[in-house]
Amino acid sequence: MEKPELIKDGKRLDGRGPKDLRSVRIEAGVLKEAQGSALVEWGGNKVIAGVYGPRECIPKHGADPYKAKLKVRYMMTPFCSKGEHSRSGPNRRSIEISKVMREAFEPVVMTKNFPRSQIEVYVEVIQAEGGTRVASLTAAAVALADAGIPMTDMVSAIAVGKLDGQLVVDLGKDEDNYGESDVPMAITHRDKQIVLLQMDGLLTREELAQSLDDGIEGADKVYELQAEALKKSYEKEERGKLNL
Amino acid sequence: MGEETKTKILREVRKDFLQELLAKGKRFDERELNEWRPVNVDKGVLPNAEGSALGEIGGTKVLAAVKFDVMTPFSDRPEEGVFMTGAEFVPFASPEFEAGPPRENAIEFARVVDRGIRSSEVINVKNFFIEEGKVLGLFLDLWVLDNTGNLMDTGALAACAALLDAKVPKIEDGKLIREESSGGLNMKYKPLNTSFIKVGNKFLMDPSKDEEYARDLRFTIGSVEGLITSIQKSGDSGLSKDDVMNLVDIAFEKSDELRKYL
Repeated sequence: MEKPELIKDGKRLDGRGPKDLRSVRIEAGVLKEAQGSALVEWGGNKVIAGVYGPRECIPKHGADPYKAKLKVRYMMTPFCSKGEHSRSGPNRRSIEISKVMREAFEPVVMTKNFPRSQIEVYVEVIQAEGGTRVASLTAAAVALADAGIPMTDMVSAIAVGKLDGQLVVDLGKDEDNYGESDVPMAITHRDKQIVLLQMDGLLTREELAQSLDDGIEGADKVYELQAEALKKSYEKEERGKLNL
Repeated sequence: MGEETKTKILREVRKDFLQELLAKGKRFDERELNEWRPVNVDKGVLPNAEGSALGEIGGTKVLAAVKFDVMTPFSDRPEEGVFMTGAEFVPFASPEFEAGPPRENAIEFARVVDRGIRSSEVINVKNFFIEEGKVLGLFLDLWVLDNTGNLMDTGALAACAALLDAKVPKIEDGKLIREESSGGLNMKYKPLNTSFIKVGNKFLMDPSKDEEYARDLRFTIGSVEGLITSIQKSGDSGLSKDDVMNLVDIAFEKSDELRKYL
């Protein structure tokens, strides 16, 4: 397919301005069995996160005598994309994303409070439309809080990209495919620490600085939605209602 | 105490307690022996898939998705399409589920749901022939998101709803055009499962997870309107012919109640 005009009269393909997020819906406590859970619908993405722990570390010989072991698994379902049915199970991409997600939570989850145990975070992407890792991270953070896992700060994620030479927040699928750069990041709310940062494409030093500023601003908007979802979950009469 | 030991002890305690209750004709949640928990079906929840549904029975949630692809037929059936069912027990669905490749329970689950659908002949793979060396493949995926008991029936419910929701993509020059549909699957039946567990000498339908801990055996009957399509006995115990025939009668009646949600 030919590259479409990504920005026209200051508007993007879907009519958004450069700093506008797609519509984001977050719900906490959507599962009955999981200790903590969250659904994030972010544009055309739908991800579900579930958390268990701290509980006995399996296998036992993998336990850390000084802190809880944090296990994070990001997984795309074989039916999540518009195109072909794919193979289920982990691949190189999902293994890398799981790793950087885990490392985004290590600085905030108070693992030292729970030596020899494990905390498990599972995220399933049931519908994908660009930006699944930031949607997954955002869901995982809410699920961890919903599970009552002590954290020093909240983590919110967002991606900034470059389209036709201009920086924009929260790339959609087509923008990601044709854009010149993609910078997914995760930010802690109070300290503004960057706990996940990846990048591909070409950026100048100034563009990177601007991307980080825009990302931190965008992450704040995500934080507001996360906090609201957690507050709402306490008002719910019944846990475990999943509105896909 | 290890998790496994704890599970085994809990199982014995629950079994004793449930047997006492059953002797008085009661269950943990005060249901009748043959009564569904609340049922819900949401169709078309995943726009990227060609068919989808979230099926729920009493809090158990199974997400079913249908995808079509063009593929090479099996060499022994060159003129037939392919129907494949996969399942994943997502680790967050239950504290007992572990990450990793599907184990025997997940494989049994996928295969039992698959058999019920396949035997009912609602998917005619002969219609899936495109041209020599090219057929249509239907992938049915069952994602268990929340397990509060009775996956077998919830899985079949979600699967049937997703198949009813499915739109077969249009095919042009041997390629799929996913944006356009050539219609639905035109299913003549609605295959569903009805499962029972035996605790002591009593049978009860749609077991919750607490009840499943106490079970001696599970008996799953797949049926369409008036016909049996599949059976699976599992667990370390047996049952009589009279038991089987009695359960079949109940399954016919109770699966009809479930069909109303589709």
